[in-house]
Amino acid sequence: MLAIVGTVPDPSLPVVEGSAVLDGDALTTAGRRIPADRGTPALLAAACAASATLDLPAPHAFLVGDQGQGHGSRALFAHLTDTLPDRHIATLVFHYLMPDVMWHDKVLFAVEAMAVRPRLIADAGFMYAAKMSGQAPAYDLFTPDAGELAFLADESAPHPFYTRGFILHGDNDVPDLIRRAYRGGNAARCLLVKGSVDRVADQGGVLHTVDSPCEEAMEAMGGTGDTVAGIAAALVQAGHAVAPAAHLAARANRLAGQLARPNPGSRIIEIIAHIPQALRQAMNGVGQ
Amino acid sequence: MGLFSFLKQRTSGQDPARADRGLLLFENTSEVIRAEKILRAAGFAVAVKGPPPEVRTGCDLAVEYPLIEGLNILRRLEEAKVPPLDAIPVTGPLLTPVDLYHVKDFGDHLMVRAANMKITVDKRTGVIVNVSGGGCPDVPWLAARLIGQRLDEAPSPRETGHTLCGYALGLAFEEMKRQCLPS
Repeated sequence: MLAIVGTVPDPSLPVVEGSAVLDGDALTTAGRRIPADRGTPALLAAACAASATLDLPAPHAFLVGDQGQGHGSRALFAHLTDTLPDRHIATLVFHYLMPDVMWHDKVLFAVEAMAVRPRLIADAGFMYAAKMSGQAPAYDLFTPDAGELAFLADESAPHPFYTRGFILHGDNDVPDLIRRAYRGGNAARCLLVKGSVDRVADQGGVLHTVDSPCEEAMEAMGGTGDTVAGIAAALVQAGHAVAPAAHLAARANRLAGQLARPNPGSRIIEIIAHIPQALRQAMNGVGQ
Repeated sequence: MGLFSFLKQRTSGQDPARADRGLLLFENTSEVIRAEKILRAAGFAVAVKGPPPEVRTGCDLAVEYPLIEGLNILRRLEEAKVPPLDAIPVTGPLLTPVDLYHVKDFGDHLMVRAANMKITVDKRTGVIVNVSGGGCPDVPWLAARLIGQRLDEAPSPRETGHTLCGYALGLAFEEMKRQCLPS
């Protein structure tokens, strides 16, 4: 089972879990209809689209409402701590959650107590907490953008907001920042660094680069990083090794962007709609 | 990896248990005590600690707080008229917030990035069309409130956000206003 953990911007939503179904521009899970416009719902919607294309069961969602005060995230962390040890999950994705080192470590304890350890993917706030806790190498994949990579590369930074000024946020620095992140023990086993050039890397350095097709408008759009993480998660669940999955996901996300022909004001759902066709093209080598 | 062995791994020599903590520095001890009382009453997990020598300002007490919730905490202290002199991360007291802005012109649209947050405006209408980046849970909530609003009418993320990502989005928002609106 592919399971995805994250928050939605609705403080009234309690902890819910269940299969996620993409219907038009919204998700339905645990009887709730949630717009798939950004954040974890966008990742989940992309994973739904990719899973359907790969003939996988629908992803399982663990969701809670949180508008930034952390109450929802903490309730979801407590739920995970209680329930994960008895679950059978092959791929577990953590996304927009309050970065909290104490709760991060409790959740990782719960993962370690599972009968079979899932592949672990982290993005957004939970990736911040994983780095801050010193446990980044316990993860199989992080999906940072260039600014978040600078945070991973800076051993002192507690959040991307505090990344030191000597680390510039330019794509030219990315291979060096990747080396620094691994040298400091602050990277997952595999990194998918999103940017004008997407790079897949591991301890040995950059494995793959993807720079086409290029829709410049995607840089401004909210959710394009979420969708690539969702596609990668589905590919890992389908049995692909992590680095090739990240490589395919980067290509599929760009192809979906090309098919959508977005402008800087476009919505992420316009790209999600093209993921099935784009993923098939990427797997057939189209656009290489 | 064993159940407890991963907690023994330490990569940077820092104490990860404090990696998500910050320090609020004040003018004097009575302000520290007042701030602690206000924040505890509001439900924040804070504690009074001694600040490292390099950031001492004369007062040898500081309030340790959850760094990510800094925007919410600062707003609470400003409302109570006990604003701190400074707010810094525990892990690297000399770290300063990212102060570089990246501006990208798409023609009809302008994008401003501050730290890990981006905001994009349609230059023809002044309407905010996209918010991107970040990882704290208030980002999607803030995005929903900003997108579709005119830049000169939208609520500042510094007033409505709760986290460091919200604060960074506020910086990008203010820079966008500086770029787009007549002063």
